[in-house]
Amino acid sequence: MEAAASGNLLVVEDLRKGFDGRPVLRGVNFAVRRGSLFTVLGPSGAGKSVLLKCVAGIEDPDGGSVQFDGRPLDFRDRDLRAAFRRRCSFLFQGNALFDSLTALQNVALPLEQTTALARGEIRARARQALAQLELEEHAGHFPGQLSGGMQKRLALARAIVTRPEMVFFDEPTAGLDPLRRNAVFAMIAKYQRRFGFTAVIVTHDVVEALAVSSVVALLHQGRICFAGPPEKFAASGHPVVQSFRDSPDALRATIAAVRRGADIPDTLEE
Amino acid sequence: MVRSLGNYTLSKVRGLGDFALFLARSLAAAGATRRLPGRVARAVHEQGLRCLPVILIVGTFTGLVLGLQGYYVLNRFGSEGLLGALVSLSLVREMAPVLAALMLVGQAGSALAAELGIQRNSEQIVALETMGIDSRGYLVTPRLLSALFVFPAQTALFVAVGLWGGSLSGSLLLGVDPGVYWSSVHRAVEGADVRECLIKAVTFGLLTTGLCAYQGFHAHRHRRATGARAVSAATTKAVVLSSIAVLAADYVITSFLV
Repeated sequence: MEAAASGNLLVVEDLRKGFDGRPVLRGVNFAVRRGSLFTVLGPSGAGKSVLLKCVAGIEDPDGGSVQFDGRPLDFRDRDLRAAFRRRCSFLFQGNALFDSLTALQNVALPLEQTTALARGEIRARARQALAQLELEEHAGHFPGQLSGGMQKRLALARAIVTRPEMVFFDEPTAGLDPLRRNAVFAMIAKYQRRFGFTAVIVTHDVVEALAVSSVVALLHQGRICFAGPPEKFAASGHPVVQSFRDSPDALRATIAAVRRGADIPDTLEE
Repeated sequence: MVRSLGNYTLSKVRGLGDFALFLARSLAAAGATRRLPGRVARAVHEQGLRCLPVILIVGTFTGLVLGLQGYYVLNRFGSEGLLGALVSLSLVREMAPVLAALMLVGQAGSALAAELGIQRNSEQIVALETMGIDSRGYLVTPRLLSALFVFPAQTALFVAVGLWGGSLSGSLLLGVDPGVYWSSVHRAVEGADVRECLIKAVTFGLLTTGLCAYQGFHAHRHRRATGARAVSAATTKAVVLSSIAVLAADYVITSFLV
């Protein structure tokens, strides 16, 4: 119960995961405080989504441990898994909305299938969740009829309708333009404050993550090489943090060099 | 060579075991799935309505051809009066359960495999699991239970329109007396024939719906394809394996029941 007593809702220790003999996570350690907004940063392909899926029990880790509210998680134990899933939600990169169900039916789905609430109560709670996410007038629309931002809000409405203590966000802004990225991060921060859930986000959007997070962690070569408040991240002299944080400046320098006619090595193949 | 043959055999046996487990778990999930009757009713509506036109068309033409072929064969022996018996027994014992199952596989089974494959690709199935919902119970169980009703019902319909098709070609076109035709049908078909027909329909329904659901549900396991190609491969495999399974199971059931 050490983790719970210290105010940590989630503690990850020495988490390891590989695919076909290739290690992706090489011993990840971090702790997430209750009610905080914890962001894992890292370049594409660093294993951020794998980390999130291992923590949420979607992928089986090869080793290490995950503690939730002071209790070690063993996803082979059906009761423990069910109890964990009642208290957590997961927001997928592609939203994973059911395109044959209306917005209202999508939001009502977890309540219909996992609770014994009466039909009227389920509809009322689903409508309330839609209203909280400003989607009430779209209750009868199918996900395909909604804009990208609305779909994201609908996915969040479905995630919070069960009133979870923790919500995992897998690359919530992947493929979005800067304006929409800002809007999605602002939405997460707003509703995280309003509903008081603990949020764990994985992303590679540094600027937005630093603006909304309580704690940021940087995943590099399968390990967390930095974890701390955004101010410390912004001031850190750690070379990996610097290269990741200052990548826009580095890009500007590179472009200037290209314009001067310099030969720039291709680093995409690393 | 021997090693690769052994590995291949082992992987096929493992696959069979995995399929059996999938089928058993999906059926067992019926007890724990909430609001199942509504989802079963929707699956019955989808499977039944979607396949109705094709069953009516194929059933009619099968009856027409059986009437035509049967008449000319029986005519050689001066036994045209047995046309009703030939058409009805061919339909009830063999052709209706097999052809109806193949039509249902082509129409509803392929759609099921593709739908589940797309749901797997777009992480909807994983999303169900993260919500604490048994994805098999929610997506597969209603389809399996609906197949227990839809396959026998569609087979019965196939028999009915096939018999009508047989009477159309035998009586209307070739001059067999309609009374002789229908009384021959009535005398030929016994309870055991109907029982065999229903056993086949139920078995084919469970087997093919299970196979199509299994292929779509595990579309991500495909070794040589991902994304849309994996869904396409899963759908093709579902239809091919289901068709083979229908014919193989037909032989096994017939050999036990005849």
